[in-house]
Amino acid sequence: MDKQKALFQYCLRLADSSLIMGQRLSEWCGHGPVLEEDIALTNIALDLVGQATAILNYAGKVEGKGHTEDDLAFLRPEREFRNVLLAEQPNGDYAFTIARQFLFDVYQYYYYQSLQKSKDETLSALSEKSLKEVTYHLRHTSQWMLRLGDGTPESHERVQRAINELWMFTGDLFDMDEVDALLLKEGVSIDLKEVKGKWENHVAELLEKATLQLPVQTFMQAGSRAGKHTEHLGFLLAEMQYLQRTYPDVKW
Amino acid sequence: MYTETHSREMILKILSEIPDPEIPVITIKDLGILRNVELNSEGCRVTITPTYSGCPAMKAIEDQIRSTLQLHGIGNVEIKTLYAPVWTTDWISDEAKEKLRKYGIAPPEKKSLDKGSLLGKAKHPACPQCGSMNTEMISQFGSTACKALYRCKDCKEPFDYFKCI
Ligand SMILES: [Zn+2]
Repeated sequence: MDKQKALFQYCLRLADSSLIMGQRLSEWCGHGPVLEEDIALTNIALDLVGQATAILNYAGKVEGKGHTEDDLAFLRPEREFRNVLLAEQPNGDYAFTIARQFLFDVYQYYYYQSLQKSKDETLSALSEKSLKEVTYHLRHTSQWMLRLGDGTPESHERVQRAINELWMFTGDLFDMDEVDALLLKEGVSIDLKEVKGKWENHVAELLEKATLQLPVQTFMQAGSRAGKHTEHLGFLLAEMQYLQRTYPDVKW
Repeated sequence: MYTETHSREMILKILSEIPDPEIPVITIKDLGILRNVELNSEGCRVTITPTYSGCPAMKAIEDQIRSTLQLHGIGNVEIKTLYAPVWTTDWISDEAKEKLRKYGIAPPEKKSLDKGSLLGKAKHPACPQCGSMNTEMISQFGSTACKALYRCKDCKEPFDYFKCI
């Protein structure tokens, strides 16, 4: 694998995780438990889709085959998506969505903090920009984790169950392969082992504040780096890509 | 050839008057979205920077730039989106902040986002209607990506706060 191919893959991983998470959150549009939360989740979705758009645009240039950000978002099949498994998990109840988002926000927070120092100017600039937005997201989901965890017996039980169910998808966030190894050497990508340490500390500290238990299970799902997904991604893409698949090149 | 009739400064001035599509009392220049104008033999290159990654107004702003220049006979326009340096509310001028306040939007406070306060208390901007500091946050996310929703506990009016980033 050469540097250009690796960089293209790396951009897809970053962009797809934001895109799929944004698409999931947008499913809440019009269904939020209260108006403010409906607006909050769709605002976060908008930021994430925006981040994905910018990185996919760059990915298209790196790839050099004339693909636009829309081509990459709407015309790739499931196995070519590189989003983390956590992002594609269905929304569940509100506690589940908040727990999933919280785990993802902490990940993005430390990820972008580190990637700001990338030698790749585009990735560095986009990371600095995204970090400002992610800080707001994390502040929002942290407050909800505290309210739900340290709330009523029912809210506590629901958010605890969500954390337990999501835990097996968190190992995949930090898996590294030859793409990471190559770009890390070039100073372009980051060491996910470092991000993992910060993520674990942050999550453990907040769960404790929220009177929640840190899951102890050790089995972790893996595979997103190679395009191996859970059964949920295909359904999400079927909806997201429907229009471009049905009416190729349609514009409106 | 428009470069004979329009200098860079003239084009910059024309573009400086384009209002923000979501907050029409301030311009894209006031907000710091309009970064640069360059002229060359082919045409004109306008550099803009987005406020938020997913800001849907960016497309409207691009269209507005093209149509405004078209009216002045400048057709060959390239629009470049610049991500670095990263946009910050610190670029909004004091004059523009005053316009925001008069419009009913509490302007961003001096310093951009304090990264240390992930769990900290929300800021308490002054109410743009009555000036009271007795305000509270309703939601960190408001009607557009750049705003949070607040209410004044004295005059009871809800208001938007332009978030610091
Ligand atoms: Zn008031």
